[in-house]
Amino acid sequence: MIEVAKLSKRYGDLSAIRDVSFTAQPGQILGFLGPNGAGKTTTMRIITGFMPATSGTVRVDGFDVFEQSAEVRRRIGYLPENPPLYNDMAAVPYLRFAAKLKGMGRSAIEDALERVVQTCGLGGVQSRLLGHLSKGFRQRVGLAQALIHDPPVLILDEPTIGLDPRQIIEIRSLIRTLGTQRTVVLSTHILPEVSQVCDKVVIINEGRVVLEDQLTNLTRTRSLEEVFIEAISRDTVDGARAATAAEEEA
Amino acid sequence: MRNVLTIAGREIRSYFASPVAYVLIAAYLALAGYFFYALITAFNTSLQIYSMMRNPEMLSRFNLNEMVIVPLLHNMAVLLIFIVPAITMRMFPEEKRSGTYELLLTSPVRVGEIVLGKFAGGLVLVLLMVGLSSFFGVLLLLYGNPEVPLMVAGYLGLALMAMAFLAIGTLISSFTDNVVIAYVGALFALLVLYTIGWLGETIQGAGAAVIKYASITEHFQTLLKGIIDTRDLAYFVTVLVIGIFLTQRSVESVRWR
Ligand SMILES: Nc1ncnc2c1ncn2[C@@H]1O[C@H](COP(=O)(O)OP(=O)(O)OP(=O)(O)O)[C@@H](O)[C@H]1O
Ligand SMILES: [Mg+2]
Repeated sequence: MIEVAKLSKRYGDLSAIRDVSFTAQPGQILGFLGPNGAGKTTTMRIITGFMPATSGTVRVDGFDVFEQSAEVRRRIGYLPENPPLYNDMAAVPYLRFAAKLKGMGRSAIEDALERVVQTCGLGGVQSRLLGHLSKGFRQRVGLAQALIHDPPVLILDEPTIGLDPRQIIEIRSLIRTLGTQRTVVLSTHILPEVSQVCDKVVIINEGRVVLEDQLTNLTRTRSLEEVFIEAISRDTVDGARAATAAEEEA
Repeated sequence: MRNVLTIAGREIRSYFASPVAYVLIAAYLALAGYFFYALITAFNTSLQIYSMMRNPEMLSRFNLNEMVIVPLLHNMAVLLIFIVPAITMRMFPEEKRSGTYELLLTSPVRVGEIVLGKFAGGLVLVLLMVGLSSFFGVLLLLYGNPEVPLMVAGYLGLALMAMAFLAIGTLISSFTDNVVIAYVGALFALLVLYTIGWLGETIQGAGAAVIKYASITEHFQTLLKGIIDTRDLAYFVTVLVIGIFLTQRSVESVRWR
């Protein structure tokens, strides 16, 4: 389970996210949506403990990301926006390395390797250098790395980007299966993907959460596209209004 | 410990997966070989001149240690000033650029383990170089009669020096995501460390003593006399520990800023 509370992050003068709060339960797949630069990657990097927030808290399975970072990291599988690959390694040694980093034992590693090679469709490229792989295969290896230790919490930053149509279908159904027992947060720009895969939707715009609801509630009367566009445009109007109000005050 | 080995292992494989390790080793050995050749030739020439002059007193002052081993070890130390930054420059910048830093820092490994692993990987390469260059010492043993204790202490000094250089290079590499800055920064720091003793000669008082203690060459020179003193060993270990500790702090601070 993931509890994000009042999370803010500033990069120098730029406020990337402000007071972001949401929760994701086990067995739930949370679709994290928002326009480019909204702050999705920033939020995910904070949840995984890659970087600290300026303020606010994140709890994963009850452990605080800042205070009990090691416990949190043990539980998370993370696919960053750019797959974290060593270009001078082949796929299998790389995955073995990632598995060791995640604290897996030797025999468990071999079983897990077989599993992720199969589920991520890496059969043909096991011994190819990662630097020579096509974008889609790089993405698959990145995903395999996130899944290898079978973590209870998955943070996937645009997991299906660059995949071919058949692989997209496979990976989506894989995520669905994984999501039945795990907590999954995935960001994406593909709204049909959200409709197919996710249980819950959080939309973020210019660093603030503008909508958090169950998918079924949102799409009862309208399409997800309409919901998305309305959420981010309403927010912009509000934002403009707030800015004018602040100006008048000053 | 296991994590340290995992990270060190990957680091070493990556040095040897590309020509980097081979180029560095070859450059180091070729230059060291050239110095060795030049020193030996000079030694032989002077030896011949003085034996022709039949000057036994002068002749007895000639010694392989002072004329070949000591300058050779000095030259090799200077070579390391240029080579070690080339080993450390990619340690952190490459991870940051390629995004693998995200994998490392979000895995359940401690920052200290990451730093030690990277350092240990570089250390294997550096010690391999120093080890291979002991070939020149072996040649002297086979064809001359150098003072063995002095040679052993000298090579030990070179290895300790390489280790200290590596710790400093690792630290500087952790500050940046740019390999050029990591190289030049480390080169600069090592040159300062190597030459700071010169400053000690121009000033007096307590300052001079401090500078003398801080100067790496000062401690290296003691070893080059064949003296293995714990005070000098302590100096190298201190540099090493401070370097690793600060690297750990630097990585951690970026993480928690
Ligand atoms: N390291 C950084 N330094 C400065 N600003 C940054 C940094 N990383 C992100 N930003 C800024 O923070 C904001 C949020 O970026 P983020 O990458 O989280 O967006 P995103 O929602 O993931 O976008 P996208 O859909 O394009 O992936 C952007 O304005 C971005 O320019
Ligand atoms: Mg992003």
